[in-house]
Amino acid sequence: MRQKNLELMVGLFVMLGLAAFVVLAVKVSDLTRIGENDGYRITARFENIGGLKVKAPVALGGVRVGRVVGIDLDPQSYEAVVTMAIDPRHNRLPTDSSASILTSGLLGEQYVGLEPGGMDSYLSQGGVIRLTQSALVLEKLIGRVLTSVASGDAPKP
Amino acid sequence: MHGSNHAALVSVRGLSFHRGDRMIFNDLHLEIPRGQVTAIMGPSGTGKTTLLRLIGGQLRPDAGRIEVDGRCVHELSRQELYQLRQRMGVLFQSGALFTDLSVFENVAFPLREHTRLPERLIRILALMKLEAVGLRGARDLMPAELSGGMARRVALARAIALDPMMILYDEPFAGQDPISMGVLAKLIRTLNDALGLTSVIISHDVKETTAIADYLYLISEGRVVEHGTPEELHRSPSPWVDQFMHARPDGPMSFHYVAPPYADDLLSGTPQ
Amino acid sequence: MTALLTGLGRWLLDWLTRMGRANLFLLGLLSALSFLFKRPGLLVKQLYAVGVLSLPIILVSGLFVGMVLGLQGYANLVDFGATSSLGTVVALSLIRELGPVLTALLYAGRAGSALTAEIGLMKATEQLASLQMMAVDPFPRVLAPRFLAGCLAVPLLTAIFTAVGILGGYFVAVIQLGVDGGAFWAQMQAKVLLFEDIINGVLIKSFVFGLLVNWVALFEGYEALPTSEGVSLATTRTVVVSSLAVLGWDFLLTALMFGAW
Repeated sequence: MRQKNLELMVGLFVMLGLAAFVVLAVKVSDLTRIGENDGYRITARFENIGGLKVKAPVALGGVRVGRVVGIDLDPQSYEAVVTMAIDPRHNRLPTDSSASILTSGLLGEQYVGLEPGGMDSYLSQGGVIRLTQSALVLEKLIGRVLTSVASGDAPKP
Repeated sequence: MHGSNHAALVSVRGLSFHRGDRMIFNDLHLEIPRGQVTAIMGPSGTGKTTLLRLIGGQLRPDAGRIEVDGRCVHELSRQELYQLRQRMGVLFQSGALFTDLSVFENVAFPLREHTRLPERLIRILALMKLEAVGLRGARDLMPAELSGGMARRVALARAIALDPMMILYDEPFAGQDPISMGVLAKLIRTLNDALGLTSVIISHDVKETTAIADYLYLISEGRVVEHGTPEELHRSPSPWVDQFMHARPDGPMSFHYVAPPYADDLLSGTPQ
Repeated sequence: MTALLTGLGRWLLDWLTRMGRANLFLLGLLSALSFLFKRPGLLVKQLYAVGVLSLPIILVSGLFVGMVLGLQGYANLVDFGATSSLGTVVALSLIRELGPVLTALLYAGRAGSALTAEIGLMKATEQLASLQMMAVDPFPRVLAPRFLAGCLAVPLLTAIFTAVGILGGYFVAVIQLGVDGGAFWAQMQAKVLLFEDIINGVLIKSFVFGLLVNWVALFEGYEALPTSEGVSLATTRTVVVSSLAVLGWDFLLTALMFGAW
């Protein structure tokens, strides 16, 4: 009887511990997003990517559709080449879509925002986005404002 | 192995043992005959418990040989030593019962560890051993609920669980009330004769020990001072034996621990 | 001067001898583990002693640590309007550091000291000697089950501590302070990585810590002087030595796992 109780308690303890692991993996970590790396790959070239990092989200209209899987530098043009994996569910991105590097909130992380185009053909594995807008670099922006103030012009919006 | 033609079950020859710089035994000789109750006696602090551990192979001698049943204990492999220990029972001074097991489980412990007997048989055997020490009714108690004398009797039941050829008793009478002492002494004698055991008692309680022992060894300062039957020792002309056997405070055995002359110590004036 | 050098030398030699004995002891423990395949019942009993009985303190501490993290994180993040990152802050600090380290420290105090006292008293009351004289080796029979049970229990307790801590953080942030629940979980999931964070922090760190604490606890008990003073000294040493070992190794492991960041 006592032995039975003991075994039951130990069984419960082990189950509780394993359940905690499962909760951590499923509810807390990126386990449910690991499949995203399997999506189709597209690339985009930027003059400047700011603080964009691998694994940053790719969003369209605020909805997450994929993630950045690679950042490289083109040795000829000195442009940054960003490779993104897009969830296969979102397979109707027009080929003339544009990509820009945006910041979520004032101090938030940077992500790639997509704007859909109007073409009838869609991006697929190996597709390239031609229209891109670089990241806004704070120092350059401030520098531009300061020079325009110094030269007496009102800063243009 | 059982058919060994040694008359003595245990023989210790030329044993020397040191602990750190302290000499415990120096050229000790003794023989323990089969089927008898042999007592090894001496004042406290003469390494009697150490001798027991040397016989059980828990310590290794610096020199000399200890043979049990014709085999040299400290030359055995680990497995052989464990096989030998299964045939030796030891009753530790404190009883050394497992505090997390009941009385019954304590006695059943060696049977469960060393045999593959069915549960029913283990129960019969354990109850038999408990009956032998008169504590069958206490089987469900925990060791903490036992008196000192009862704990030692349970430990004795555990020591005889595997029907050993020999039992070593480490100070079985220390700290017992007179009734428990008498019960234990009678039990040691009865078990020895009924089960055909060889018993070794390590003790400094002269009265109880001489009452049941067939043969006595007196050790002091690392060697055997005197040996013989209780009657022989009681009549011994040696003043040392006389002092020990009759518990006289004065005699060759000094009351004082070895020290420089008292006057020197007082007058030297160096603070320690 | 010579006395100082002699003292230093003696201390170093003593320390080295003790380390050597501790390592031999660990080898003895590891080589005795296979015995547990024959007697799994021994393991169950010890899992109860070190695991189940440690649960209350782990649950309560985890909950409170998580709630404090939620409060403190909120107070700091609210100035930047970044309270939606609260989930990430709570989860990452628990998973990478606080969960494994605090669980190991609590375990050292709750179960490690008990292990030392138990083994030390078994030695002082001649139970270990009596086992040996009954031809039962205490390594597989007494020490190995406690060691393995401890090494299994610590990662499980760490997972429970961490999960409960995140729940506590959720409770304070979302229910008390009104942070958006969706953002709390979504930000967390975006930032917490299964392999880099959870496997490294909760699994590997806690396993190393569990091994350290149980090793120290059993060794100190086994080496304790068989007197009440010796056992009390050994118990104190267990808590001090194993806590220091956990913190030292935590720095080492953090540098290895997350150092590049």
